[in-house]
Amino acid sequence: MSTNTAERQQGSGNGSHQVLTFVLGDETYGVDILRVQEIRGWSAVTKIPHAPSHVLGVLNLRGSIVPIVDLRMRFALERAEYTTVTVIIVMSVNTPAGRRDFGVVVDGVSDVVDVNSAEVKPAPELGSRSATDYIRGLVSVAERMVVLLDIDRLIGRDLALAAEVEGDEALAASAA
Amino acid sequence: MTVDLTQFHDAFFEESFEALDSMEAALLKLDIGSPEPELINTIFRVAHSIKGGSATFGFSDIASFTHSLETLLDELRSGTMPVSVALSDLLLKSVDVMRAMLRAVQAKQPIDAQRVSDLQFDLEVAIAKKEDTAAVAATPATAILSPTSAAPFTKPPRWRIRFHPYRELLARGNDPLRMLRELAALGELEVRVDAQMLPPLADVNPLDCYLAWSLELPGEVAEEALRQVFEWAEGDCDLTVERLPGDTADLLAGAPLSPAAPAAAAVAPLPASAPTPAPAAAAKQQVALPAPSPAAAAPRQESAPKPEGSVSGLGDSGSIRVSVEKIDELMNTVGELVITQAMLSQLGSHFDGPDAEKLRGGLAQLERNMRELQESVMRVRMLPISFVFSRFPRMVRDLAQRLGKQIELKLTGEQTELDKTVLEKIGDPLVHLVRNSIDHGIESPETRIAAGKTAEGTVHLDAYHRGGNIAVEVSDDGGGLDKERILTKARARGLVGPNDSLTDAEIYDLIFVPGFSTAEKTTDLSGRGVGMDVVRRNVKELGGKIEVKSESGRGSRITITLPLTLAIVDGQSVAVGTETYIVPLISIVESMQLKASGVTRLSGHSEVLSFRGDYLPIIRLHDLFGVEPRSRALHEGLVVVAEGDGRRVGLFVDDLLGQQQVVIKSLEANYGHIEGVSGATILGDGSVALILDVPGLIRAASMKAAA
Repeated sequence: MSTNTAERQQGSGNGSHQVLTFVLGDETYGVDILRVQEIRGWSAVTKIPHAPSHVLGVLNLRGSIVPIVDLRMRFALERAEYTTVTVIIVMSVNTPAGRRDFGVVVDGVSDVVDVNSAEVKPAPELGSRSATDYIRGLVSVAERMVVLLDIDRLIGRDLALAAEVEGDEALAASAA
Repeated sequence: MTVDLTQFHDAFFEESFEALDSMEAALLKLDIGSPEPELINTIFRVAHSIKGGSATFGFSDIASFTHSLETLLDELRSGTMPVSVALSDLLLKSVDVMRAMLRAVQAKQPIDAQRVSDLQFDLEVAIAKKEDTAAVAATPATAILSPTSAAPFTKPPRWRIRFHPYRELLARGNDPLRMLRELAALGELEVRVDAQMLPPLADVNPLDCYLAWSLELPGEVAEEALRQVFEWAEGDCDLTVERLPGDTADLLAGAPLSPAAPAAAAVAPLPASAPTPAPAAAAKQQVALPAPSPAAAAPRQESAPKPEGSVSGLGDSGSIRVSVEKIDELMNTVGELVITQAMLSQLGSHFDGPDAEKLRGGLAQLERNMRELQESVMRVRMLPISFVFSRFPRMVRDLAQRLGKQIELKLTGEQTELDKTVLEKIGDPLVHLVRNSIDHGIESPETRIAAGKTAEGTVHLDAYHRGGNIAVEVSDDGGGLDKERILTKARARGLVGPNDSLTDAEIYDLIFVPGFSTAEKTTDLSGRGVGMDVVRRNVKELGGKIEVKSESGRGSRITITLPLTLAIVDGQSVAVGTETYIVPLISIVESMQLKASGVTRLSGHSEVLSFRGDYLPIIRLHDLFGVEPRSRALHEGLVVVAEGDGRRVGLFVDDLLGQQQVVIKSLEANYGHIEGVSGATILGDGSVALILDVPGLIRAASMKAAA
């Protein structure tokens, strides 16, 4: 294990990058640290009408209005209570409409780890492709499996869709 | 030793465009027959400073054209040529050509040489016509005197200043041009330059000052003020100041100074476009002035490149150019501060302890200061609406001429200030409205006289503050909107059923339907049916509204109501369940409590309330937004009667919370557009509230009802 760590640190120049890992239920997920803007505690959000159910609402982040996504709901996990230890990770995503900031609600933040690109294994294809295309790969860190997320695909597309659909479809849905 | 002049290009273009605007305005004010000298001076100054600037920067086409123009203007200024309609047309055309040339140069595109040379030819012809008389009038001695002081023997007491700088003056950081400009600000300045010490060109050291000046100022200028100008040059020059009694001012003309013209001739061959060190260039320009127009023109200091450059104490106007981005940044930061301050105030009110009172006092002070700071920053962005109005005199004049109508344009309330972003977006809609008034509203002189009106029609543009909004009105005394024709047309197009009866307001509303036009023949001005819908859309985008009033045969009046700024909105906070929403005050007609008897249910779902004789649909915000309300019973909550798109609805909410100004934040920056919501704001406790968009709400609700 210790040699592994040493290798990773040596290779941190080219083939490796830093990943912020967080816990959601029993799983550990990771996102590219360069995308993380800040980590903050939970505070009540303002609901947005006609939003997809996993978009909880918006928060004031130092003057910007930032949408908050519940990853548990996005992954169809059992819903957890929001408590004072619930954490929001604010990230930036690239969408077709440009850079957007948003926050994800997770159970807790674990660690920052170096991940060597060579160690990243592709996600096994199970069933439909679209269900896993937001997973960049799997990597094992300290004997735990970390699911690396491609947040541009996971959230960016959601946000872009939400913005488009909002006016027409959501309205039609509420009208039905 | 070269200076990169390109860094000054932007400033030159900006100033030149502004100067052309003021030249155009002055030309339009010019009375045919008895022109006001001050106006002619303004016009002359513009041409002159553009010429100087473009020569300095090497824009030789512009310099050459403005030179011809300047020569012609000089004739006007000296009174040897009368101002005629044809001449004023020619000058207005020159403004257009200069603008086009400057734009082309700015965009680094080729200049339309044909157009320029055609007009330049016209200018030369106009000058040639008057050449003979001009030559007689402009003998060297009188040429030196400024035209406004042409009567030498009735002169009041004056100051005579001899200013003889030592060679090192420039090197010590003094700029004689600046001093002369300051003197010119004190009163009407007469300048004569003594260039006897100027060496041959080959021997000129551009860092040395070779010139001396003899200056005259009116006697009422305080000696102290005058000496102050030279304060910094003390020890670097010989300076004598003497007071001349009245009636002897002619001395100056006969003073044994060498005339300016030969001296200028010695310097003029210098290629003006060659970049030379700034101080020397300035001094040289000073001398070079009379050379191109040997007929007249003393090198008067009014040629200072200041578009409005009035003589009275403008010296430095104390203004600076700041980019809009910087101001926006400042606005954002102040917005943040306001929110933080509100947060602190709320925290402070729950505080207990020995110092709590002091803390609250401090917070109250902070709040006051914040409000002032916010207002000041907002004011920075405010500009008078005259920036928009100023384009109309020219437009109305041209249109009236083309259509053979007689039209007087009245402008009032030009000093009313509004936000720059609003200002920029209101220009085009206003142009549409004014064009419509001229094209459709005002009748031909014959029709007017037949109808018992004056041959000359009036178009009136007015701006004024009304509450927290600004109203801009375009009214005319023309024929008014033809209700019958609008209705016939609307029926023909199937917009209105054959038997529907419409109120006046509804009929006038039809003109905003895309593609709707009642003009019998389309002109190139209007009548193609584009325009009014665009006007309304633009106004709506600005959060404003538009109203039409018209009286057949008496004229029509279109009123645009706009918010003062796009960054802040006056809002009413309302509570629905646990959520807070902001309703813009401009949309609210009234808020009231409902009695059970005031509500009627129509065919199951839709509820209507009776309000001042109308029946308004009720929109339950909790239904529309999917929020759990405190109560679903209408009589337990409140109804806010709101207006959007000319329709009124009752918004059912749980409670009214209070009115406040809120800073508008974009939801679209990180999320997307939500129908019925125009943006969000941050409340005092740091939480977010959505700002409702009433027209959007009405659309959303009617879609829902239709489904």
